[in-house]
Amino acid sequence: MTDRLGVVVSGSLESGVEVKLDGSVSVEDMAVGRYVTIEGQRQRFFGMITDIGLGVIDTRFTLTPPDITDPFVSEVLSGTSTYGTLHVLPMLTISGDVANLIEGPQPVKTVPSHFSVVNLASQADVELVFGGEDEKRFYVGTPLDMETKICLDLPELVKRSNGIFGKSGTGKTFLTRILLIGMLQKSAAVNLIFDMHNEYGWAGTSEGGRSVKALKQLFPSKVAVFTLDEESSRRRKVSTDFVVRIGYDEIEPKDMALLRQTLNLTEPAVEAIYQLRRRFGRDWLRQTADLPDSEETNELLKELSIHESTFQNLRRGLATISRLPFIAPQAPDNAVTRILEYLDRGINVVLEFGRYTDITAYILVANLLTRRIHSQYRDRMEKAMGEDTTKPTPLVITVEEAHRFLNPEVATRTIFGTIAREMRKYNVTLLVIDQRPSGIDTEVMSQMGTKITCLLDNERDVDSVLAGVSGKGALKSVLSRLESKQQALIFGHAVPMPVVIQTREYGSPQSYKEFFAAGEVEGGQRAEKDIEELWG
Amino acid sequence: MRIISSGLADRVGEIIEASTAGFTVQCYELYELPPLGSLVKTRDGELDIYGIVCHATTGSLEPGRRPIARGKDEATEADVYQSSPQLAKLLRSEFSALVVGHKTGESINQYLPPGPARIHGFVYQCSADEVKEFGRSLAFLNMLVSAHLPVAVDEIVPAALRLMSQSQEDPHAFLVAAGKELAVMLGGQFNQLRAILGRLK
Repeated sequence: MTDRLGVVVSGSLESGVEVKLDGSVSVEDMAVGRYVTIEGQRQRFFGMITDIGLGVIDTRFTLTPPDITDPFVSEVLSGTSTYGTLHVLPMLTISGDVANLIEGPQPVKTVPSHFSVVNLASQADVELVFGGEDEKRFYVGTPLDMETKICLDLPELVKRSNGIFGKSGTGKTFLTRILLIGMLQKSAAVNLIFDMHNEYGWAGTSEGGRSVKALKQLFPSKVAVFTLDEESSRRRKVSTDFVVRIGYDEIEPKDMALLRQTLNLTEPAVEAIYQLRRRFGRDWLRQTADLPDSEETNELLKELSIHESTFQNLRRGLATISRLPFIAPQAPDNAVTRILEYLDRGINVVLEFGRYTDITAYILVANLLTRRIHSQYRDRMEKAMGEDTTKPTPLVITVEEAHRFLNPEVATRTIFGTIAREMRKYNVTLLVIDQRPSGIDTEVMSQMGTKITCLLDNERDVDSVLAGVSGKGALKSVLSRLESKQQALIFGHAVPMPVVIQTREYGSPQSYKEFFAAGEVEGGQRAEKDIEELWG
Repeated sequence: MRIISSGLADRVGEIIEASTAGFTVQCYELYELPPLGSLVKTRDGELDIYGIVCHATTGSLEPGRRPIARGKDEATEADVYQSSPQLAKLLRSEFSALVVGHKTGESINQYLPPGPARIHGFVYQCSADEVKEFGRSLAFLNMLVSAHLPVAVDEIVPAALRLMSQSQEDPHAFLVAAGKELAVMLGGQFNQLRAILGRLK
């Protein structure tokens, strides 16, 4: 079988080109998302199939269909009177001219000429575009129906904030785990992962209920598991490195402001927090919670012009916070310092939330820690710039349920919003994981370098993910046709063109072994042992 | 001048009327007509002119003198001719061929030759090899489809293709290729295409 599909018959740069399929190529063998090369007269184009259609040479064929049960008639008519069409979005030029040789594939600035031949992209073409695996590039998956490895340039990836999106159950977590392993192996960055559902530290479960190993099991020397819930971790037999406790005095008004929605606080209540902070200093939370219902309190409130009902509203909110078991009047150790210590040593930190999967806890802790870590990073970065010393190791902070931190209402106030917007200035970037990207502030979305998205079927979510991407309409049809598992569309900074991948396998002993083979020797023997155990 | 090696066996007749687009041939023997749609050729100097048999008649040699029924007392049709041997001389078979190409040197061109064939030019039935060679290109179909013929194109084209396919290595592939060519040519004439394809099977 030849790889020739047909010829270009019309099109534009904006909307992509229309390809008439040859008679020998069945339209049923085509698939949206597949790669093709177009042999123009002067340039070779690399593109993706974004739509597939049927055409007839004469509308009368549709009115009185010929008898195609006759194989002869159907063979004659296919490709001539009735034909398949492809809509191809040219993305890159891969000709061997100077610019291409030096800088690799270039974005397209024109379309191929009439009747240029369209071929299925060969393995070599795909490799040319997406590069092979090397010390910087990490294999994340294969294109549809191909064996070629699609690799992400990880040092490039972590320079900007990135997002992983997809409906619940489409494989976001698996994809994230793969990506985290990649970063751990191939980028110079360290990760801080706010692990709401305890899936990244020690072990996670697959959709089928099978237990899969997570980071610490695979890379014990490179990953530390911090926990908020020691008991839960112990029950799950996770070896933890540190138990995080947060003191009352560590909670700042800014942390509370973010919780306004989840704690049901009113605007005036949030204002009152700032006033109380000014009044009581660092220990404001405990002191406020301890205020007795007395005349003195009323006097104080009057002085601060805080209304009684506002105060009650605030008290209820504070009570919710103080009920969180990991909040203690006095923290035995400073979690931020500890986390930074680990990060400085190049050890990735996974913070497990144990049973506290309540969104209040998650927002509070993630925001609180991140703000302090970020400010430390900023200080160091500024110092490094001033004194020309080494800059701190790039840090990637992974957050789940990102729309809670980055929705338009709070994005301007949370530290995550700040990080997402200021990007890599201070060597801190985000890896945002979310299932409702439409809930995320558009400004934040627009700053994301690379977006990886699994199946999304809500119109608004799809729109928000694809906002500002060229060829949006075409990608939309690709995105909504992804399979519900193990398939993802990657586009943005780290890939030369949007690409649909079948994510690499994760969870089998063989897959673990492959990770080691690609990275380092550590653990390789362990994986071998696993295989032996598995097969007896 | 090149001597045509084909023996008398392949010779079917002589041209009695010629034009740019076709020629009419009188057969040497009554009823010895080449089949409808078959490929014939004649020589004109260095040129071989190819034609496709598109119409044939058998009738009285003299116009206005119509044959009369003779078989009333005969047992079989053959007996009619036996008892009136002059019939073979008074009647003659003629066919007309549409010019579909010519051969100069070794190359076959499927377009009209510079001039019409000569009167009294000998006409030969093409051999299987020649038909196969001619069938490598399907450009002649266009001439066939657009010609104004006494017989419907829908009949001639399938007849010619069916015969031609028999000399090909893969008759089915040949017919499919020809069908595709026709489908493109007759893009707007769905009914005609359907009629032709129906007769091609």
